Amino acid sequence: MNATVLYDAPGSRARVRHRLIGAVTIVGLAALVIFAIYRFWDTGQFEPLKWKQFEYPAIQAQLIDGLLGTLKAAGTAAVLALLFGATFASARISDAWIFRGPATFVVELFRAIPLLILIFFGYYVPVRFGMAISNFWALVAGLTVYNGSVLAEIIRAGIAAIPRGQSEAAYALGLQKTQVVTLILLPQAVRAMLPSIVGQLVVLLKDTALGFIITYPELLYVGKQMGSRLAFDLPYVPTYMVVAAIYISMCAALSAFANWLAHRGNGKPSPKPASPR
Amino acid sequence: MLEFFGTLTHNWDIFSRGFLTTLKLFLVGAVGSLVLGTALATMRVCPIPVLRGLGAAYVNTVRNTPLTLVFAFLVFAAPKLGLDIAFEPAAYLALTIYTGAFICETLRSGINTVPLGQGEAARALGMTFGQVLYLIVLPQAFRTVVPPLISMLNAMLKNTTVAAGFSVVEAGAIQAYLSERGENQIYTLLWITLGFLCFVVPLIILQRYLEQKWAVAR
Repeated sequence: MNATVLYDAPGSRARVRHRLIGAVTIVGLAALVIFAIYRFWDTGQFEPLKWKQFEYPAIQAQLIDGLLGTLKAAGTAAVLALLFGATFASARISDAWIFRGPATFVVELFRAIPLLILIFFGYYVPVRFGMAISNFWALVAGLTVYNGSVLAEIIRAGIAAIPRGQSEAAYALGLQKTQVVTLILLPQAVRAMLPSIVGQLVVLLKDTALGFIITYPELLYVGKQMGSRLAFDLPYVPTYMVVAAIYISMCAALSAFANWLAHRGNGKPSPKPASPR
Repeated sequence: MLEFFGTLTHNWDIFSRGFLTTLKLFLVGAVGSLVLGTALATMRVCPIPVLRGLGAAYVNTVRNTPLTLVFAFLVFAAPKLGLDIAFEPAAYLALTIYTGAFICETLRSGINTVPLGQGEAARALGMTFGQVLYLIVLPQAFRTVVPPLISMLNAMLKNTTVAAGFSVVEAGAIQAYLSERGENQIYTLLWITLGFLCFVVPLIILQRYLEQKWAVAR
């Protein structure tokens, strides 16, 4: 941020003022942290008993199982959602309205319904037809149709953003629509939309936490069980701190990857043509 | 078909109560997260490094935390710290804390689209940072980010259903109530979906309308 629209380089008086405000902020922040630590101490969050459960191998294994449950749901749903997204994106750019119309309807509808309701649908619709479904597949079904629809939009928009000259030139060379899309448009679009796709996968990973509500044993659900153990004096606070650290580091790593993908192309010559159309 | 409509008419009490709570969650959450988002965006673009860092830390942490975890922390862990929050205020708080981070990022991307000359002219008139931001830059930035901002609020509207997992009787919780009354679950879910569409579709129409009306030629 060297040239910002909002302020000039500070002069000597402004620098003093900024330092003063900065110092006041740090003092305020420190007071807040001290107050938080006091509350932790006052309510006995630092007592060894509350943290002791993390020493037991069985409880560690339970935590790992929860993490694996989260990763299993996220991984399965990610693969299925990408397939769903690719299918519906290709249907949406089809020339035949018989594909385009229904695909547009499905994608718009699923994006308008809350994910939790979709997960409930994933559970109760099979039950209606006499098939009992595990809450794992209900969760995966909900995550797939919701994130798949968002991914379909990302892919469609990515393809639509490619300059028209590209496809016109390809058609002029006598390529068919399928060839134009797979050989010319997709390879260029994937580069541009990869950060958004990875960003959506972060959303998907976070949304696996909804499995908690339908009692699928993922990380947050395991955290609730661990936190409610009377033997360790209801260690909700320590447990949620550990769970939050796991979630945040996983998602932050994926987000950083998405950021890296987004800025990777910056050093290279711009893929955009000289004359905008 | 009759049974389908019966699901709504026989249980109108639960449906109306649920969706009213959803509307309340949405409105309070929208106001709260817009205020928090604006404050965070101000911090992230201000000339004071400490505040910038603080804003960035908040946004990066919250954006990588599942909303359900924020809820769980406020409902289960906060009382253990001596902070007893009732279920509904906890829901307002969770939605605000979570959505505010996203609103902040949207506003910030809008600030980046305002031409440099606007701020320069304002500063040449002797305006302070706050005046430049709130009188000149943010009003213009706001207009360009109205579509993503409404998408964000739309996402928050859908996120209100998470509160169902934490003892708030809003639209997402209707399901559990009606399955106790022995209603057809599919019909219940279809009515909940239709209810949400009644909220979402006007929002999308508003988004399209503002997109055209407030389009900024740059």
